[in-house]
Amino acid sequence: MTTRTELHAEPPRASLLARLLDSDLFYSFTRSPVTVVAAIVTLVYITAALCAPLISPQNPFDPATLNLLEGFTPPMQPNEFTSKVFWLGTDAQGRDIFSAILYGSRVSLLVGFAAVGFAAVLGIGLGLLSGYVGGWVDAFIMRVADVQLSFPAILIALLIFGVFKGIVPPAMQDRVAIYVLIVAIGLSDWVQYARTVRSSTMAEKNKEYVQAARVIGVPAPLILVRHILPNVMGPVLVIATIGLALAIILESTLSFLGVGVPPTQPSLGTLIRVGQDFLFSGEWWIVMFPGAALLILALSVNLLGDWLRDALNPRLRG
Amino acid sequence: MIAFILRRLLQSTLVMLAVALVSFGLFRYIGDPIHNMVGQEATLAEREALRERLGLNDAVPVQFARFVGNALRGEFGISYRMQRPVADVIAERLPATLELALISGTAALVLGIALGVYTALRREGWLSHLIMSASLIGVSLPTFLIGILLIYVFAVELKMLPAFGRGEVVQLGGWSTGLLTASGVKSLILPSITLGLYQLTLIMRLVRAEMLEVLRTDYIKFARARGLSDRAVHFRHALKNTLLPVITIAGLQIGSIIAFAIITETVFQWPGVGLLFITAIQFVDIPVMAAYLVLIALIFVVINLIVDLLYFAVDPRLRAQRPGRGH
Amino acid sequence: MSQRPLAATGAHVHSSPAAEPPLLSVRKLRIEFPGRRGTLVAIDDVSFDVARGEILGMVGESGAGKSLTGAAIIGLLEPPGRIAGGEILLHGEPIHSLPPAAMREIRGRRIAMIFQDPLTSLNPLFTIGQQLTETILAHLDIGLQAARRRALDLLTEVGIPAPEQRIDHYPHQFSGGMRQRVVIALALCAAPELIIADEPTTALDVSVQAQIIALLRRLCREHRTAVILVTHDMGVIAETADRVAVMYAGRLAEIGPVREVVQHPRHPYTRGLMGSIPVLGADVHRLVQIDGAMPRLNAIPTGCAFHPRCKDAFERCRLERPDLMAAGPTRAACWLYPPSPNPEPTP
Repeated sequence: MTTRTELHAEPPRASLLARLLDSDLFYSFTRSPVTVVAAIVTLVYITAALCAPLISPQNPFDPATLNLLEGFTPPMQPNEFTSKVFWLGTDAQGRDIFSAILYGSRVSLLVGFAAVGFAAVLGIGLGLLSGYVGGWVDAFIMRVADVQLSFPAILIALLIFGVFKGIVPPAMQDRVAIYVLIVAIGLSDWVQYARTVRSSTMAEKNKEYVQAARVIGVPAPLILVRHILPNVMGPVLVIATIGLALAIILESTLSFLGVGVPPTQPSLGTLIRVGQDFLFSGEWWIVMFPGAALLILALSVNLLGDWLRDALNPRLRG
Repeated sequence: MIAFILRRLLQSTLVMLAVALVSFGLFRYIGDPIHNMVGQEATLAEREALRERLGLNDAVPVQFARFVGNALRGEFGISYRMQRPVADVIAERLPATLELALISGTAALVLGIALGVYTALRREGWLSHLIMSASLIGVSLPTFLIGILLIYVFAVELKMLPAFGRGEVVQLGGWSTGLLTASGVKSLILPSITLGLYQLTLIMRLVRAEMLEVLRTDYIKFARARGLSDRAVHFRHALKNTLLPVITIAGLQIGSIIAFAIITETVFQWPGVGLLFITAIQFVDIPVMAAYLVLIALIFVVINLIVDLLYFAVDPRLRAQRPGRGH
Repeated sequence: MSQRPLAATGAHVHSSPAAEPPLLSVRKLRIEFPGRRGTLVAIDDVSFDVARGEILGMVGESGAGKSLTGAAIIGLLEPPGRIAGGEILLHGEPIHSLPPAAMREIRGRRIAMIFQDPLTSLNPLFTIGQQLTETILAHLDIGLQAARRRALDLLTEVGIPAPEQRIDHYPHQFSGGMRQRVVIALALCAAPELIIADEPTTALDVSVQAQIIALLRRLCREHRTAVILVTHDMGVIAETADRVAVMYAGRLAEIGPVREVVQHPRHPYTRGLMGSIPVLGADVHRLVQIDGAMPRLNAIPTGCAFHPRCKDAFERCRLERPDLMAAGPTRAACWLYPPSPNPEPTP
């Protein structure tokens, strides 16, 4: 009732941009300098990763561009043989760390976004199904979700990886590893979407407009997509943002453990894994810069997610 | 109460059976167990004999029943890689992981609750803001990076603490402990921080959110209106209600510490079951993977049961949920 | 249901001697909520007194500011809400700006509060005995045993049967009405001089409501405790209160003896409120309904806040804001009763 009156009280139809700029969401965004910085960092980071071939000084994974003489060059110091300067130094093979980070971020972001997309599609689908159909379908899906939720994502992802290693012939493993990684991370993180979507679906499906749509013969999938889905986009966005940070961290962790992407296609985690060996001999930059890059990326995305959750759910605002 | 426990036990058993099924599936269908046990040079007849002897020709349900029976006795076969009984290998490695998990778990729980309560009560204080910002970094900092940073600072630069291994251990019966020697304790410090830090931030944020929620409730407002002191309102009323839901999640967090130990153990070359598992995955050592899976599931189920019982003890509403006919 | 003898209360209005200040005195209270689109004024220029042992009914639609006034008196306004002006005096001493520790001395001991929902007012994890004794011990300098005895007495007094057993029960083991009795017992722990009862019966069954109101009234008469009874139920007010304050959009619309306000409401808004209660035996077809809705706090009209809904509004109502003005035995904030040159003494 009240919402209806309020809706009528609003001025009729401003443009989308104007409404966005006037919204509480945008207001709370501009009021939080940390969030603005996080958003900018995330955007710059993603752009840099996408444009890696254009900005990076060398293609770090084309052996032709590497010069072994340039190995172990410390950051910002000219190499003693070629006197080339590398901002963030080089690794054992003379690979420019800055370029490696850019290329590595591509892999990390690709896996992260793809895994979140996979998890979201799977979770939303199962959630809609579970909430709309109900009955034993619902009971079964939610039981599986409960059991899975009680195990940490890393364990599930590792297990899926273990199975993959057992099934796929070693020769093919490097080629499909990245897809397996996406599926493994995605499968370990669908539950939250499903739960959220399910509860909204159950609340929404008995509302009059959904009933009315059903009465006039709108097919169920259309009802779900047209009427119910928009209602859950807010929470889904929050879960997805925080999920992106989690996926990036999980990917780097798996790669660090040596079960992630193959070394020919290193992500940030792989770079850290390789760099860790040089920590004791004093070449700290090989591991620290990729580590810092990973932290900045995960932190920015987490900050965005944190803000989004608070902004969309004022009750929880702390 | 008894009915409740029985129901939970039944559920736990079902979960364990499901995990056993996955584990059995791994064991039976990933690769060829025979191929993994005997070398290339074994003849077809030898293989067939082994297959028969291991019962791999029996009907699948029979095999599963045998798998479960063996698992109940703690038998998970022979590690492909180490050619030793899996149970022995795990028994040897378990104390290292449990010691690490217990110490970091306890620290994470105690500190997490304390910091969570503090930041909830002093919501606008600068220290709270600092702690909250730090906690967001903590959540964004992958465990292995924490470990690497700690190694770099305390082992490489300051040379204060060892960077890997357990140090000297003492055998107490079947249990090897690092807690009784100086080098053992020193070796524990960095891995414990690494493993505990992430859990600490999670628990802290959870406690804070829960506490803020409780502080908004009517009974807290009423407690204030009754003129109770802030201390009574915060630490007697709010804290107890806060910790109720925290029990569940903290229980799960503590459980997941065992799983997260995989990462910490890899970073610090800590000779526990996590390192064993990761090696098993790399070498497709299926029996070890299967056993680890069952072990972790068991730990989770046990923790869940304890959490349920704790809930029962703390929340009077549950106790009175089904008033018996006697009342 | 509506068998309600209007103004049946033994209306003994306390016109205390001029020398002694009233028990509670609210003077020009103003409560603001600073927000992103400017500051909302939730309570503006509200003044009233409560005498010792008096029951002051406070009515109005939800959002009129009744509960906020109550919360301000006991010092439990939720941030960002704050007292931006005026004062609250207890026996003539200002209490609106006391430091938290001093305010806590007053809360529960001299001013107690009862909330709307007894289901959520009690901590589910503590027995009612624990909650009673901790409150008693917080205010009275007695031992645990004595506190428990007092708890038992209080439970008896509020009509809990078998208090010796019930004292060790948890809140969920009580019915709604019984829980509200426990809440009242908790409010009475330190024998306060004033109880602010914020919609004490709204969440209860109709049959239980009357019992709780009767209990509250009896206790106040016996202990000479004053009560500010916040409700939107005029029937409850008519039955219980000595005086009534009618609130509209954060201001007082009318205040006066209950019989006068109920039977001869002066302010057009009060008239509308009274008209909306069905009274058995009265000519039912004259049930009045006020058109429109109370303005939102960010859109309070100029002049009299009620003028857009008022049938009697004229030019002055749109331009000038009326203060409370004597209107016969009551006082109303309405230009229908312009101040006379020689003002009568206010009740």
